Amino acid sequence: MSSVPPHSSAVEGPETVMRDELRTTGMVWLRELIRFERTRTRILSGLIQPVLFLIVMGYGMAGLVGSVEGFGFKKFVFPGIMAMSVVTTAIFSGMSIVWDREFGFLREMLVAPTSRASLALGKTAGGATVAAVQGTIMLVLAPLIGVHLTAVLVAEIIGLELLMAIALTAFGVFVATHIERMEGFQVVMQMLLFPMIFLSGALFPLNKLPGWLNVITHVNPLTYAVAPLRQVVFAAQHMPAKARERFPSSVEVFGHTLSIGTELAIVVAFVVIFIALAIRGFSRTE
Amino acid sequence: MPRTVTNDAAPEIASSSPRPSVVEVHDLTRRFGEFTAVDAISFEVFEGEVFAFLGPNGAGKSTTINMLCTLAHPSAGQIRVAGLDVTARPKAVRRNIGLVFQDQTLDDRLTAQENLRFHAVLYRVPRDQVDARIARVLELVDLSERRHDLVSEFSGGMARRLEIARALMHVPRVLFLDEPTIGLDPQTRALMWEDVLRLREEAHITVFLTTHYMDEAEYADRIAIIDHGKIVAIDTPQALKAEIGADTVDLGTTDDVAAIAALERDGYRVEAVAGGARVYVEHGENAVPALIESVGVPVLNVHVHQPTLDDVFLHYTGREIRESHAEAIPARMRARFARRGR
Ligand SMILES: Nc1ncnc2c1ncn2[C@@H]1O[C@H](COP(=O)(O)OP(=O)(O)OP(=O)(O)O)[C@@H](O)[C@H]1O
Ligand SMILES: [Mg+2]
Repeated sequence: MSSVPPHSSAVEGPETVMRDELRTTGMVWLRELIRFERTRTRILSGLIQPVLFLIVMGYGMAGLVGSVEGFGFKKFVFPGIMAMSVVTTAIFSGMSIVWDREFGFLREMLVAPTSRASLALGKTAGGATVAAVQGTIMLVLAPLIGVHLTAVLVAEIIGLELLMAIALTAFGVFVATHIERMEGFQVVMQMLLFPMIFLSGALFPLNKLPGWLNVITHVNPLTYAVAPLRQVVFAAQHMPAKARERFPSSVEVFGHTLSIGTELAIVVAFVVIFIALAIRGFSRTE
Repeated sequence: MPRTVTNDAAPEIASSSPRPSVVEVHDLTRRFGEFTAVDAISFEVFEGEVFAFLGPNGAGKSTTINMLCTLAHPSAGQIRVAGLDVTARPKAVRRNIGLVFQDQTLDDRLTAQENLRFHAVLYRVPRDQVDARIARVLELVDLSERRHDLVSEFSGGMARRLEIARALMHVPRVLFLDEPTIGLDPQTRALMWEDVLRLREEAHITVFLTTHYMDEAEYADRIAIIDHGKIVAIDTPQALKAEIGADTVDLGTTDDVAAIAALERDGYRVEAVAGGARVYVEHGENAVPALIESVGVPVLNVHVHQPTLDDVFLHYTGREIRESHAEAIPARMRARFARRGR
């Protein structure tokens, strides 16, 4: 009995392997963008929800909260709603693996002779890009709110959105790899996403909360991502001292005000943890 | 490595010379707890042939194919695919095989071409060959025209053929198809078979497939009949049918008793059946004139029956495989088709 030798048995160098894995990550990333670009309704509905929140919070609450020397609640809540939009899109993108499984495509990816880490990274990068794009689209509303934009500010916003989006997409991937059915997806959205957004300081200042809620806001990764976004936006606005006092933008821990650098370091730590979890989750999926 | 041009020669001719085997299986066993789904099976698949695993629901077809494709671990036994040990080098094996699952695994929001490109990258098709490969595989399954169409606009049969094309993107040595025609209408099934046979002719691809349709197994060069996890017979369709016996000719006459006596006198093997005499002969159709002459009384009707794979299956398993299409399609898949149809 003679057997036929395989046609690609050549041993590949680490460089070739690395390049191939990067190509895989790039392809998975591209697929996310193509799918996003093709679902206009999703882009639109992704815009409607934040606009609704902006109207409700910005105008509805404005009367209640009042404005301080021309700086109103609208301007306070705007960066928060942008963050909300990014986070929602990011988690949704990460968790789209549940759909990939339902429609079979996940299997095509999982049986490929490629590393699971490349797939998880591609999925995370793709979802994060989509989420950052979705959040950035919201900047067209800035002039209506009276938020002043500069080129530097826009660049800073995009950077922060990307960071936030990577963390949350990776988190979504991790959760999705532990969910077998669609129903589980709904439950996770209800139990995780909304509390995470509401208790992150995105929609109201966190400084007057009771102790136990205060604890939750401080273990919420989003808290540390929302604060820098608001800080860079505020820094570019003309903002009287009284307004700063009324609308605080940074996180306080045991009476200490965290610097933007510390906040970002915490977010980066979460990014690393969530990516590691996402890769692990993907590697264990059948 | 010499890639012989004689691959597409008729199996009868080829089997007389030793052919390289692409799949080698020894004492392969898979247990689920106490239950043995695959029970110490051994076989080979030769280069360039279409090899079919024929068996009823639950026979162990998918379990076997999954082990051959590195997707499930054997409880015991050895498998070599394209010369590689499946347990030791699963990734290398996967790069050398094409896979089409029982359930669909396309992204229907992407176009045909995008699905193929995605696959090319995951299976490391060199960048400069991707476009040529896409054109080639689409041509093989006759979908070149639909290259830029979204898969969501494809019919079930087209999607299945695109999956076959995709499995060929990275020039696999063996193409594994698990129930490739399940849920397709007869016309589409015929088209798909044309594709498979063309692959063998033009691309010299070795095809391993599972099915529980008898008429489909006929197309294969060799068939393994599997039942309760064991291979009960393995050979070419012709040989399998020949082995279980001769053709039968049923004759209805004006006087059956006289007819039977006359036939026995002429040395035929005859038995009485309802409505006439049954004669066992080598080549039923050719024997008819001689039989009519031998009978001596007027013949009212003649019925020639050649053994079918149904008879073969019945012979080896004591059962018939007859299921309606609907029963044969797994519930998960039915739901998917319903969704596509919406
Ligand atoms: N994961 C599993 N756990 C337990 N039993 C299993 C598992 N997978 C398969 N089996 C059992 O092994 C047997 C063979 O299953 P398999 O899926 O290989 O059958 P098949 O020949 O592909 O049938 P079908 O025509 O329905 O696809 C069945 O009795 C099945 O119940
Ligand atoms: Mg099966």
